[in-house]
Formats: sequence, structure tokens, C-alpha cells
Amino acid sequence: MTNNLLEVRNLKMHFPIHGGVLWRKIGTVYAVDGVSLKIRAGETLGLVGESGCGKTTVGRTILRIYDPTDGDVLFGGKNMSLLGRKELRNLRRNLQMIFQDPFESLNSRQTIGDILEEPFIIHSIGTPEERNTEVRKLLDRVGIPENAVTRFPHEFSGGQRQRIGIARAIALKPKMVICDEPVSALDVSIQSQILNLLLELQEEMNLTYLFIAHDLAVIKHISDHIAVMYLGKIVESSDADALYERPLHPYTQTLISAIPVPDPTVKREKRILIGDVPSPINPPSGCRFHTRCPIVKDRCKTEEPQLCSAPGTEGKSHLVACHYAGQRADFQEQSQNSARMMKKLPAISR
Amino acid sequence: MRNILDGIANPVRQSHSDTIKLSENVILNIKNLVTAFDTEAGTVRAVDDVSFEVKKGQTLGIVGESGCGKSVTSLSIMRLLPKPAGRIESGQILFHDMDIAKIDADKMHTIRGNRISMIFQEPMTALNPVHKIGKQIREVYQLHYSKMGGKDIREKSVEMLRKVGIPDPEKRIGEYPHQISGGMRQRIMIAMALVCKPEVLIADEPTTALDVTIQAQILELMKALQRETGMTIIFITHDLGVIAELCDEVVVMYAGKVAETAPVIELFKHPKHPYTKGLLSSIPRLENQRKVKLNVIKGMVPSLCELPQGCRFQNRCPQVQKICSVQPHKKSVGENHFASCHFSESFRF
Ligand SMILES: Nc1ncnc2c1ncn2[C@@H]1O[C@H](COP(=O)(O)OP(=O)(O)OP(=O)(O)O)[C@@H](O)[C@H]1O
Ligand SMILES: Nc1ncnc2c1ncn2[C@@H]1O[C@H](COP(=O)(O)OP(=O)(O)OP(=O)(O)O)[C@@H](O)[C@H]1O
Ligand SMILES: [Mg+2]
Ligand SMILES: [Mg+2]
Repeated sequence: MTNNLLEVRNLKMHFPIHGGVLWRKIGTVYAVDGVSLKIRAGETLGLVGESGCGKTTVGRTILRIYDPTDGDVLFGGKNMSLLGRKELRNLRRNLQMIFQDPFESLNSRQTIGDILEEPFIIHSIGTPEERNTEVRKLLDRVGIPENAVTRFPHEFSGGQRQRIGIARAIALKPKMVICDEPVSALDVSIQSQILNLLLELQEEMNLTYLFIAHDLAVIKHISDHIAVMYLGKIVESSDADALYERPLHPYTQTLISAIPVPDPTVKREKRILIGDVPSPINPPSGCRFHTRCPIVKDRCKTEEPQLCSAPGTEGKSHLVACHYAGQRADFQEQSQNSARMMKKLPAISR
Repeated sequence: MRNILDGIANPVRQSHSDTIKLSENVILNIKNLVTAFDTEAGTVRAVDDVSFEVKKGQTLGIVGESGCGKSVTSLSIMRLLPKPAGRIESGQILFHDMDIAKIDADKMHTIRGNRISMIFQEPMTALNPVHKIGKQIREVYQLHYSKMGGKDIREKSVEMLRKVGIPDPEKRIGEYPHQISGGMRQRIMIAMALVCKPEVLIADEPTTALDVTIQAQILELMKALQRETGMTIIFITHDLGVIAELCDEVVVMYAGKVAETAPVIELFKHPKHPYTKGLLSSIPRLENQRKVKLNVIKGMVPSLCELPQGCRFQNRCPQVQKICSVQPHKKSVGENHFASCHFSESFRF
């Protein structure tokens, strides 16, 4: 018996691409391609990675908005793919989601009162009066004035809509909430309000979070453990502090070095990656990061590294998928190379 | 190439009597700028009495939350406000010996995209989706260098794309905007803005929609281009990390007004306006302990139609007092450091 509330085993979600006159399948998006995660009850797992790497798809597949191509999701020890419809619905009560753009997720023609009452109705909970009381309690908890019940989503700011989205997600007192970039669209001053609210709710309700984001400072702040994703795969996962203190995968190292530090007196060595993220339709052979990796060797182009315990970290659950994990890239040399490249370019003359 | 600028080297004297004289190191001076929009709820001043100076060859950052007037300020400088709803109501935008706020449209044509260029917030809306990249860059060349031949333009375009780090530029010019990544589109926007070797480049959140690794590439590129050409950059962002990394001086805006301006190190070390202080203390930082409460600025920005009397930050300010219902004036609070707060001197960090 483990105390993992959620366990994801080798999850795959491939989307077919159709095209041509006959609308035949002409390709596959390997959006999520073998992801394994474990989240302990009451903890937060941060899932971080660049746009298009498959973070949202992981969240949606866990929720079974998509039927996974392969792999298992165990929630509270139960394999979700073996559950019937009714069991699944009951389980969903305990597994909620918050979205990046609360506007899209809130029905614009429903009042806030209706939106928040809906989960209670779906699960036939309480009398209308009891539900009304619950809705008001929820609004109060997330810091929205009670008179909101008769108003519509567009009458609220982005931050307020996110609060409403959170209220809906916690309405039925779930065990776990998947937060998909809940603060990415918000201003700095509102972002900290929402992060604090999420932390408070976690403490009060012993919530478990899967927190998806691309902002590494936000992820670090809210998470106990962090998994770094690249092109449909987890490349490194570890205890949050260890990941930042000793990142082992060259991708993680680059991501961390690319964070702009809000302190002008700090001048850090930047590691600039060359090129863009490749497409998940034709992911590179071998290690998917090899096309941009600063320490790439021949082996990386053919042999795919497995996610396994990193050398020197046994027992600390620091996993990394790199043949040369922990070998610090010689970024010095690389940046000299790119400096040389810059010099070779024709100068813009004034 | 300098000759195409000759026509504006000796501009006609402005209609009003006093000659404009900017100090030696200043390239752009915004003075008491007011920009208004007619809306259903009446006229709103999206930019209300904004003043700041931009120093030659430096990077000035404008930071502030959504709707505070960053884009409207830059559109005012470019004279690209949506018509007829938006207009510059009063104030000056001094550039060399001209007041951009008042010069006629023809003259503005010789400045816009030429001596002052802009990169827009969303590259996809700024690029025309039905035209190939090559054609769009060609148009910029044709507009500004009417004598340049087709072959020359092609060569220059390819060179320019290579310069901003686009691999295979010969191939890219035959592609459409949707065929390339967001980072690549932003590079193309930068390339197009640089065609005329502008003296001032206004970049409106050029990296906000991009991933951190791509953002790092673009920021490095802009630094390199500035080193090389000596151009002045106005960089708009809401990311204090980007400000710290890139800028020499900073303007902090709040609800259409300037809250504080300072050299970057001074701003981060000794913020004087409670809004700046609040911002700096509310961002999650890597070096801080995890899962502890962040400081917050309570409440939210008032809408432009429901502004309070006096200081616009008063409903969120931890130091608010009676006097705050009077609009505070810009005060000198340090070397080259100004804040608009009644209590800014007495603050200690
Ligand atoms: N329903 C779908 N059908 C086809 N392709 C999809 C679908 N959903 C996602 N994809 C593709 O799968 C890949 C992963 O997308 P996903 O939205 O999970 O990325 P993400 O990491 O959440 O990115 P972002 O940070 O931009 O939100 C992308 O290439 C995307 O285009
Ligand atoms: N065409 C317009 N008509 C009416 N109001 C406008 C118009 N354009 C902008 N505004 C208003 O002017 C104010 C400032 O807008 P602006 O676009 O400058 O904000 P910003 O600081 O650039 O914000 P963001 O960070 O979201 O880009 C906003 O309140 C906006 O609603
Ligand atoms: Mg997503
Ligand atoms: Mg803007």
C-alpha cells in the first residue's frame, strides 16, 4: 500500500492527424508519449515544460477527457480505465480541474450562482436552500462578493474569474485538483493573490495538486516535487529544491538558466539553446532533446535514454533521462561558438 | 543610405515659437502626455499626464499591469492610435527638434518605421497571414528605399533574416507566417523593424507569448543588435525579471499614470512608490522558501471609468491616508529617481 493518491504509468496520448480528400489518417501527434508520475496525498507535483510539450494533454488524459492510447492512471489505488461510467463519475467528484483561461471554462450565459450550483445538482447534493448557502460560502472563501451570484462571467476581471473557477473546482471538496496554468494569464499582483489562495486551500482541505505551468519561479514556489517535460516525455523529476540546486538534465539546466532574475545586480551566465522545439508529429530519434542539446554525443541520436535514478542520488527519487546526466555542459565553449557565429554575420552599418 | 533621411535633417520650424532643445544624451522626451479614447462610457484618459525621458543608446523599460497604458503610450509615440476613437489630447513628445505629438501626418511618415520603429505585442496580427514572409519584408524595403532593385532587396532581406538568427533564410522567405513558430515570427518582426536602422526601437512585449528558452534567445539578440548599432530601445513588459536583465532605466506605470521612474538598480534596491514595493515583494523568487505566503497587493486596479479622486493606487495601498485623495505630484526621491506618492520620501525599505 502506497500513499500515492495519483499514479500515472507509462501514459500515452497520440492524436491522429487526418487530411487529404478522403480524410485519411496521415500522421500522428505524439503529444504524450510514455509519462509516469506519482503524487502523494496532500502534496503538489509541478509539471513544467515549454509550449506544446504535452502538459495540458497529460492533465486532460488523467481526467479522461481523452481516452489514453496506452498506459494506466491509478487514482486512490483504483485503475481508472477499469471503472464503469458511474464509478468514474463518482471518482471525478474527487478529481477536479482549473483552467488557464477561466473565461473559456465558465459558461458565459450562466450566472455565477448557476455555475457554482451546477456541481451540486449533477451529484444530487442538498436542497436548493442548502445549495444556495454552499454557493455563498464558496464565494466568500475565494474572496468574491456575494452579490456575484446574479452576475455573469464577463462582468469580472481575469483574476476574479480565476477565483470563480477555483470555487467551482473545490465545491464538492475534492481530493485532488489539476491546475492547468491557473496564473499564467494574470498580472503579477493578482498572480500572488491566487497562488496564496491555492496554498491556503491546500492546507485547509488537504488538497493534492498537479500544478501545470511554464513559469519556473511559480512552479518552484508552489510545488513539493517537480517533473520537467519535453516533447511528450518526462526528462527529469525530483524534489523541488534539489531540482533547482542540482539540475541534472541539460534541458532542465537550460530552462533554469533562462529564467530572467528580478535582480539587476545578478549577472548570470546564460545558456542559450539553439533552435526551436521540434514538432511532436516527427519527434527526433533517440533522445528527443538531442537536436538542441549542448552536450549531445552520437549515442544520443539513436539510443533513447530511460528515466531512471540519477547517479549519486539513489534513494532520493531524483530521476533523469539522459545518457550523460549531470555532466555539466561546457556552455562556455558553446557561448563562445555562438559569439563567433554572431561575429561572422554581416554588420548592420549606420 | 543616409541620404533618404536628409529631408528631415533640417525640419521646418514648429508652428509654436519656442525651439525644442533636448539635452545632449536624451533622444525622446515625453512631457505631460494625455491620450484619450471616446468610449460608450464617455471619454477615458488611458494615458494621463505621463512624463519620462529616454536616453540615447540606452534601454528604457516600461512595466505595469494589464491596461495601465503601456501600449497606448507607445502607440502615441508612433502616432498609431486607433482613429477616430483615440487621440493625443495634450502634452509633448519631443524627438530631436520636433514635437511628434503635433507634427503633420506627412512628416510623421518620414519618422515612423524609419527613425522610430515598433515591434507589436502579437506578431501574428502584425504580419499579414496571406502574404509570404519575403513579400512582407520586400514591402518594407520598397517603402523606405524606393530606389532599391528587386535583387538587392532579396539579398538584403536574406541578410537581415540571418542577422536575427533565422536559419535557412532563403527558404523562409518563401513561407507564410502560420508555417513558422512564434519565436521565428517575432524574429521576423524584429528584422522588419530594423530594416531602416531606426534610432529608436519600441518593443511592445515582444517575448510575452514565447517560451523562456526562446525569450532568452530574443533578449540576447536585442542586446547584441543594440551593442552593434547603438540604437535606443523602449522595452515594454510586465515581467520584472526581463526589466532587471535588459533595461538601464525603468518607468513603472499604474492606471494610466507614472508611479515611479528610476535607474534599474536603484529601482530594485530602493523602490519608493508603494506600488513598486508591492510588486517587487509579491513575485515568487527562486531563492525564497517554497510554499510560504507571498506578499500581496490587495484588491485590483480600478477601471478607467471609476477612478478615485487623487492617487489611483489608494484603494490598494497599505500606507493610504487622507491626503491621498489629492493627486500626488512627481517628486524627486533620489538621483534620477522620481516617484508620485505623498509619502515617498519617508519610506524605508
Ligand atoms: N485534441 C487534439 N488533437 C490533436 N492534437 C492535439 C490535441 N490536443 C493537443 N494536441 C497537440 O499535442 C501537443 C501537446 O499539446 P498540449 O496542449 O498538451 O501542450 P501544452 O504543454 O499544454 O502546451 P501549452 O504550454 O501551449 O499549453 C501539441 O502539439 C498540440 O498541438
Ligand atoms: N481603442 C480603444 N478604445 C477604448 N479604450 C482603449 C482602446 N485601446 C486601449 N484602451 C484602453 O486604454 C487602457 C490602456 O490600454 P493599453 O493597451 O495601453 O494597456 P497595456 O498597459 O498595454 O496593457 P497590456 O499589458 O494588457 O498590453 C486600457 O484601459 C484600455 O481599455
Ligand atoms: Mg497547455
Ligand atoms: Mg499592451
